Amino acid sequence: MPGNPIELLFRSPRLTQEQINTLERAFGLDKPLYEQFIIYVVNSLQGNFGISFFYRVPVVNILIPRLINSIILVLPSTLLAIILGIVTGMIAAWKRGGKIDVSILVTAMGLYSLPTFWLGGLLILFSIYYLRLPIAGMTTYGMTYSNFFVYLSDVLMHYILPFITLTLVLYGEFTIIMRNSLIDVLTEDYIRTAKAKGVTTSRLLRMHALPNAMLPMMSIIAINIGLVVAGAVLTETVFSWPGIGRLIYDAILNRDYPILQGAFFVITVSVVIANLIADILYGYLDPRVKHE
Amino acid sequence: MNFNLKLQELKRFWEIYKSNKLGVIGLCIILFFILLSLLAPYIAPYDPDKTNPMEYLTPPNGKHWLGTNEVGQDLFSLNIYGARISLIVGFLAAGVAITIGVIVGLVSGYFGGWIDEILMRITDFFLVVPALVLMIIVAALLGPSLINVIIVIGVLSWSSTARIVRSMVLSIKEWPFVEAARAVGGGDFYIIFRHILPNTMPVVYANAALAISNAIFSQAALVFLGVGNVSDISWGSILHYAFASGALSIGAWWYFVPPGLFILLLIYGFILIGYSLEEILNPRLRRM
Repeated sequence: MPGNPIELLFRSPRLTQEQINTLERAFGLDKPLYEQFIIYVVNSLQGNFGISFFYRVPVVNILIPRLINSIILVLPSTLLAIILGIVTGMIAAWKRGGKIDVSILVTAMGLYSLPTFWLGGLLILFSIYYLRLPIAGMTTYGMTYSNFFVYLSDVLMHYILPFITLTLVLYGEFTIIMRNSLIDVLTEDYIRTAKAKGVTTSRLLRMHALPNAMLPMMSIIAINIGLVVAGAVLTETVFSWPGIGRLIYDAILNRDYPILQGAFFVITVSVVIANLIADILYGYLDPRVKHE
Repeated sequence: MNFNLKLQELKRFWEIYKSNKLGVIGLCIILFFILLSLLAPYIAPYDPDKTNPMEYLTPPNGKHWLGTNEVGQDLFSLNIYGARISLIVGFLAAGVAITIGVIVGLVSGYFGGWIDEILMRITDFFLVVPALVLMIIVAALLGPSLINVIIVIGVLSWSSTARIVRSMVLSIKEWPFVEAARAVGGGDFYIIFRHILPNTMPVVYANAALAISNAIFSQAALVFLGVGNVSDISWGSILHYAFASGALSIGAWWYFVPPGLFILLLIYGFILIGYSLEEILNPRLRRM
């Protein structure tokens, strides 16, 4: 791996070899690689990810508050994007080929093409000229709060722009997938049969089409929920939101390997858990899967 | 295959594609940007590298249509030259990703068994891991250069192609002509590349369009974050400097808005093409 952490940590050319050796011993960097790896695995399993090279406190102490900040930002916007995507995707599929469908489709594809960081920057510009909303961080720097509600409203003000950015960027994909999978279902023979039997439109959608159309959505939703803890690197970087994404970005710049390893460990575990839950749910939602 | 036959096939395909309005719009967008990047030296009014300390951060005017940046470079010229990197990375990185994805999908679907099991578990890993985060880390470790960015994006974004190709191969290999080819003594290699691969190609093309748009986005994001090569002229690097120099936070919209708009348009073009191909291939999706 390039970039010696000791050199980056103590940017002093006057460091003697003896001091370097002491530091390397303190961080365990003098041991052979395989031994470092074994120590790392054993410690990780016990929830100990070591000490950050940059912040010089245990990685867990940094990881947990950042994790909470990321979840506060990413989970609500993901959920909103999913709900909006399902609703508009449904409308588009139902009105297939019409003006409404084409405009929903074209908009969704446009939002899907949006470079996240650019949308964030646009909102910052918009805020500078018109909205006057805070554009960086989670709270106003150096502000003291008289009570909790003042604090909360300050956080909320900082929340608006990154929240809009994330929701818009995530929304497009869900809409397109929902629309296409519902259209796929609506052209099945059993839908025609149901129509011929005289089933009402709302019942047709609710009982016959939607449950089947939701299956492909499930796996996409699971992946996205699992990724909530990975934060949103681009959005968090643009708005200096103190979440996991921003932490990973800073950790790369600072060559802070313990932080990177810890963050990746947490991300991997949650992605695996989310997918496991999705697989189990899938078995209940689609009995065909169980028979295989 | 005979050349005339290929040409006829292409003509037939164009007849169908032509009727898809969204697809034609997408194609026009991409042709526009290809022309722009080829003709950049003739269109750009200034040398994009030339700095001018007398004119820094000037808003758009008659002399500089898109204004200048913090070192006085002409932003209109920079943006025109910027199209080149996006297109190069888009096509090459998607080429790498599609090649890996197709090979993994073919081998996995055709041979099945433990090969399939191993390859699909690896594919699953790349499918669920946050791609951008992994790209940032690997790109930071490899160091900033155009070729590294292409490799990183290509090697980390092949998984969905592999999945789709595999599922197609699973059904194609049961078709009678594959059995016939095997009966007359065709080897695995011959059957895979002569009989199965051509039948997966239409879906691969649709997937390629999406892979290109993904590569363009990833490159811009990596450069914006500063882990790509920020010294090459690209839309991502213009955005990087607009953000890093603080020009954005003092409201220099002419610096920040155009390059992002171009990225958006180019990605949109490829997405429209990808969607239209999908619509043509899957008649159920066609808008009636």
